[in-house]
Amino acid sequence: MSKCPENIIEYMHEYLDNEIDPEHEQILMEHLRTCQTCQKHFHDLKKTVVLLQGTAHIKAPDRITSQVMALLPREKKQVGIKRWLYRHPFLTAAAVFVLFMMISAISVWNQSNDFSVTKYENILIEENNTAVVPDGEVIHGDIVVKNGNIRIEGKVEGNVTIINGEKYLASAGEVTGEIEEINEWFDWLWFSIKDLFKKLVEI
Amino acid sequence: MEEFVKKRIREVLKGERDAFAEIVELYKDKVYLICYRMLGNTHEAEDLTQETFLRAYVNIDRYNINRKFSTWIYRIATNLCIDRIRKKKPDFSLDAQIKGTDGLTMYSQLSSPRSLPEDEVVEMEIQDIVQKAIMNLPEKYRTVVVLKYIEELSLQEIAEILEMPIGTVKTRLYRGREALRKQLRHI
Ligand SMILES: [Zn+2]
Repeated sequence: MSKCPENIIEYMHEYLDNEIDPEHEQILMEHLRTCQTCQKHFHDLKKTVVLLQGTAHIKAPDRITSQVMALLPREKKQVGIKRWLYRHPFLTAAAVFVLFMMISAISVWNQSNDFSVTKYENILIEENNTAVVPDGEVIHGDIVVKNGNIRIEGKVEGNVTIINGEKYLASAGEVTGEIEEINEWFDWLWFSIKDLFKKLVEI
Repeated sequence: MEEFVKKRIREVLKGERDAFAEIVELYKDKVYLICYRMLGNTHEAEDLTQETFLRAYVNIDRYNINRKFSTWIYRIATNLCIDRIRKKKPDFSLDAQIKGTDGLTMYSQLSSPRSLPEDEVVEMEIQDIVQKAIMNLPEKYRTVVVLKYIEELSLQEIAEILEMPIGTVKTRLYRGREALRKQLRHI
């Protein structure tokens, strides 16, 4: 027993896994010729391996395939979306862009509380953040008022948009285009996106 | 074989559900064998085989098509089996007892009295004896031994399936095989 080389058992395992280097193999083979204990050990290990290999023919029941197929979800929604994204990179980019727009538009909505109005020489600014289109004046173009009101006594040849404010249309006042009031963030968002697309189209 | 599988998987990715049936057909026996060997019970093996393929289908977009499909599906099966074993595990752990002693001494002391009486051995199918011996292995040794003898996987492949260093696989395989040798040498 005492003459068995150190690691001899390990060499046996290396041999079984086809991972033994020639030097170890030589030591193993030479030792096996002379040592009955190790012969028995090696023999039992090989028998174990044969027994393990011998049962590898177990088969799954035939019904497994049809059972699995019946269990599969109909094209999983999430998977469908993911696949769609992979296959439509341009639309995905567009969707990401719109999302980005939404976020930036919302943050602008939350941040800017300053009164502003589209610059025209003949628009007057009153206190309490009110822009006035005076009687008899004509504005050629669109007006956007943010965080304030507008009173229209003259004529606007274009659209008027009031963001977070109110409009007063005097009986003599006239707007040839559309009048739009935006007082909620989603209106603002809609407006931002429309505005962006208008600009894109113009380009 | 791998090419055939990859072609089917591309079809599944495109939404052709039926292509998956061919994948199941190809791997069901190996997956079932892993589950049966790990759990020692045909009913549970069938159950977990289904679960393995179900998970593979649902997560098919996570499979890296440049790697072997068998590695991936065997990993799913093995993990499911390990989870199942851990759920059933009694409070004491054979593993914990082994750690403190050298090699498998403690373990073999526990398992050797279970050697079966002579005539019972004759009646029992050899297959059942082997399966019983496998079931006596702590889960971490059982896993590598089972994978090794499913289809003579290389240590490297087993390491990839279990996502552990090859040295760990080697040690566990040696210890697992030694423990089995002690149980099976009387056959
Ligand atoms: Zn010896």
